[in-house]
Amino acid sequence: MTPLLQVEDIAKYYGTRIGCTDVSFDLYPGEVMGIVGESGSGKSTLLNTLAGHLTPDRGAVRFDTRADGLRDTVTMSEPERRMLSRTDWAFVHQHARDGLRMNVSAGGNVGERLMAVGARHYGKIRATASDWLGRVEINEDRIDDRPASFSGGMQQRLQIARNLVTGPRLVFMDEPTGGLDVSVQARLLDLLRNLVREMGLSAIIVTHDLAVVRLLADRLMVMKDGHVVESGLTDQVLDDPQHGYTQLLVSSVLQV
Amino acid sequence: MTQIEQDKNAPDTVMSDYNFAYLDEQTKRMIRRAILKSLAIPGYQVPFASREMPMPYGWGTGGVQVSAAVLTPDDTLKVIDQGADDTTNAVSIRRFFEKTAGVAVTEATAEASIIQTRHRIPEAELREDQVLVYQVPIPEPLRFLEPSEVETRKMHELEEYGLMHVKLYEDIAQHGAIATAYAYPVKVEGRYVMDPSPIPKFDNPKLEMAAIQLFGAGREQRIYALPPHTQVVSLDFEDYPFEASKADHPCGLCGAEDSYLDELIVDDEGGRLFMCSDTDYCAARQAVGHRGSDASPTLEGVA
Repeated sequence: MTPLLQVEDIAKYYGTRIGCTDVSFDLYPGEVMGIVGESGSGKSTLLNTLAGHLTPDRGAVRFDTRADGLRDTVTMSEPERRMLSRTDWAFVHQHARDGLRMNVSAGGNVGERLMAVGARHYGKIRATASDWLGRVEINEDRIDDRPASFSGGMQQRLQIARNLVTGPRLVFMDEPTGGLDVSVQARLLDLLRNLVREMGLSAIIVTHDLAVVRLLADRLMVMKDGHVVESGLTDQVLDDPQHGYTQLLVSSVLQV
Repeated sequence: MTQIEQDKNAPDTVMSDYNFAYLDEQTKRMIRRAILKSLAIPGYQVPFASREMPMPYGWGTGGVQVSAAVLTPDDTLKVIDQGADDTTNAVSIRRFFEKTAGVAVTEATAEASIIQTRHRIPEAELREDQVLVYQVPIPEPLRFLEPSEVETRKMHELEEYGLMHVKLYEDIAQHGAIATAYAYPVKVEGRYVMDPSPIPKFDNPKLEMAAIQLFGAGREQRIYALPPHTQVVSLDFEDYPFEASKADHPCGLCGAEDSYLDELIVDDEGGRLFMCSDTDYCAARQAVGHRGSDASPTLEGVA
């Protein structure tokens, strides 16, 4: 089976400081990979490097493109990479306002990716947008409201709809539940889990919240100081942590 | 109108302290290079080192610099502002070039070799020996959607124009139709999306013309151009096609039904007059006897 994403020895430095280094893994279709670690451990750097927002200093990120099979996204031309990032890839930001256009209506936000790939029929765009708002549990009569009038949880769900509307195969998520209260988090996680299963999505989720990866991720990578210190099946890593840092991380979770 | 005659026949009013057409020759060469490049890449915004002009930004500093660069002593200049020859902006720019270049000026579209315009295309069809110079406030069609210049340049480079349709989508979502009535975005030769300056969308179909069209934005330091007979397509949706709209009236003065109209409030009881925004077109029609329903005796006297 061909991996959807093949990461080989990725390294990103900020001057002489390490962003992340020696990261290699394969992600298979339908698989959800979690990346956990404390602040400054390089998990966001890694995610941005994989998604093409940062250029790595070393290594290859090969993606199984629909047309030509595995292609290195680091060396492919920028138009190709940007095309990928608005069709087969999606990126969910921690702060919804980074990923949304706040002065454009909810329908316009969802429709943007469709129009970016050439949709030119207003009625169809609107129908699709309306359908997607329903799927992320936003009432359809809010379609012409701007995201600024939405609550934090709704904004995050809108961002997810906007990203998934073109049917991507790989979703990058950077702390998707950050800044939301726990009950809203729970609904969002439930929604994400359903969408991921329904659409057979592969995803890479960066978070410091172990509960999120427990729920969503099949596999887990633990990062510290730019290095991957432990990786494996989620339950295995969380229930039987081997590395000292992972043990610390798991034992730091408050039990209620 | 008599003022124009006087100035033309009095060459001693031409200022000789300045170089021909105000700008020095090096500056004009620089602007001409930008113009040539913009003609070579229709719709592409060419940066140029815009100069301070003796008028405020927003009054046509870009258009004036382009006009100065293409003007020759044999040219006949016409300046219009929203179609009118006799508004402050048009009069002062016309007098500026009368003084600094000593060129002939006219109000008749057909007699002009260079027409500088603000926000209109003349009703009369332009010929291939004419040049139309636009004053442009914001040359970047994506500006109000994407504030970053770095990003908009990248979007032009990679032809990522989906965002432009988001604006049109928003229009339909809010107003039930594409409500953008001026500065309506167009795609040039299937490549660059261009802001045609704030002309009414009624004028968009006229952008495919025989004359050379040059667009100058002084504050934003950009020049772009449409060579003659360039393909210019107004953006739209399949189910909401582009429509060149105008007020649904005939001209009150000359009765024309095919020209773009200004709406004039004439009293405080809701009385209004629709009249051609192109004053030369309207006056020419009245001169050959066309009358609209609101034509008053005094106006007839002038015509």
